[in-house]
Amino acid sequence: MTRSRIAVARRRFLQSCGALVVWPTLARAQEADALPALVEKLTGAKAPRDGKVTLDIPRIADNGNAVPLKVKIESAMTAQDHVKTVHLIAEKNPRPLVAAFFLGPHSGKAEIDTRIRLNGTQRVVAVATMADGSQWRGIAEVDVAESACYDATNP
Amino acid sequence: MTVRREAGGGRRVPLAALLVVAFHASAAEPQRAIAPSALRSGVSFAGADVRAMQADEFANPGMLWVERGAKLWRASSGPEKSCSACHGDAAASMKGVAARYPAWDAAGKRVLTLDARINACRVGQQSLPALALESDDLLGLSAYVAAQSRGVPVKITIDERAAPAFERARALYYRRIGQFNLSCAQCHEQSWGKRIYRETVSQGHGTGYPGYRLDWQAFGSLERRLRACYSGVRAEMPDYGSAELAELQLYLAWRAEGLPVEAPGVRR
Amino acid sequence: MTARVLVPKEVKRGAPFPVRIAIQHVMETGFRYDLFGKPIPKNVVNTLVCRYDGVEVFRAEMGSGIAANPYLQFYTVAGKSGELEFSWVDDAGVEGSERVMVTVVP
Repeated sequence: MTRSRIAVARRRFLQSCGALVVWPTLARAQEADALPALVEKLTGAKAPRDGKVTLDIPRIADNGNAVPLKVKIESAMTAQDHVKTVHLIAEKNPRPLVAAFFLGPHSGKAEIDTRIRLNGTQRVVAVATMADGSQWRGIAEVDVAESACYDATNP
Repeated sequence: MTVRREAGGGRRVPLAALLVVAFHASAAEPQRAIAPSALRSGVSFAGADVRAMQADEFANPGMLWVERGAKLWRASSGPEKSCSACHGDAAASMKGVAARYPAWDAAGKRVLTLDARINACRVGQQSLPALALESDDLLGLSAYVAAQSRGVPVKITIDERAAPAFERARALYYRRIGQFNLSCAQCHEQSWGKRIYRETVSQGHGTGYPGYRLDWQAFGSLERRLRACYSGVRAEMPDYGSAELAELQLYLAWRAEGLPVEAPGVRR
Repeated sequence: MTARVLVPKEVKRGAPFPVRIAIQHVMETGFRYDLFGKPIPKNVVNTLVCRYDGVEVFRAEMGSGIAANPYLQFYTVAGKSGELEFSWVDDAGVEGSERVMVTVVP
């Protein structure tokens, strides 16, 4: 082989090594991106801003069958500036859209408590759509484990 | 059996009286594995969310069954008497009742759980059919009656008639059972406070039952919880209403003496 | 279905107050099987509406991700003394309702 062809071959070899190094990073980035697409599919929110929305949920759930949570959205809840809808999403649940709540200025306070089912460790997202069309989100990660002992009395 | 003389001379006690005392002493108070001051309710081993759920009177899912029971207490269909016809206001008449169950049924010569007692009343006093064990209606009445004893310390009576049942249950408690070959004592006496996977082993008292178990997504009796324990060690579960489960509950109530009734409890 | 609702004894006019509701409902997910291996059909309380003096003040659309025996707390502003009326329906079409009086003080 001529010197230039060796150089080309070496360059190509080094480039392919570089690609191998880059590939796992790309894969990780793609995994993190699945949530925004899911949120958009379920709520129409293309790029909800982080802020205003707080998710009060345990870091470690006692049992995935009933995880208590409180969603709080900062809003004066006036006729001009209020929360219209709150969407609750559990990214790994078989049906990720957990619930949608509809509020208005008559709500006075944008704060909802409930208990949800979580199918394993995952992130929970609350997306608030305001009267002016802006959308905000809050994310929390919850650790959910299986029960320690088998219970045959469960149907 | 030796006859001990009191120090400093003492009075002489008739031998017959000593024999009676000895019998009661051996039958009444076997050694307690956990000292009364070290007793801890299951709720203290549960996570913060479960504790908060039990403490919040509205958020406690068990209150839905207490409410159901309250309606049944007052209901009367046709000529049959309602519970309230004889017992009046449950808050007064049922206070402390759940704390002294299971109890010995002299007529039936068996240990009676609260649920069995409720059914005995329905059949015997109200001429109504017994409610299916673990049905929502029976659980409702059980929850309602037990809730009237919330906070009352467990205190049951075990006399000579109940002693053989008590001894059977105590032997069962220390017997290894199931494919896992584990006894109740190995977890709840030797290993309470230790972790099993992500959970902490409790002392196994059952004062939170009847209660709402998150794992069941439903309200259930102590009997259901005990059956779950049997399945946990891969042993055959005794039937609801069996003597084995009733007697085991008697033993557990003795173990838990002094702890307050927590019904309707919440557990994971 | 058994249901419980709770509002504060008295609420100040113009102030938001908490409204709590708990419904006994299995919220069947549709992912479980019975003892014979047959799938148990999905049946959850899918819509809950709260009206205050006839005006809708809260609506929840729920799925199988809401825990069994659903529990909700939300807020609404105290207007005049009147009735809070709740109505809900599950996938099988069974409806439920509950009402509670709200006492508003100036």
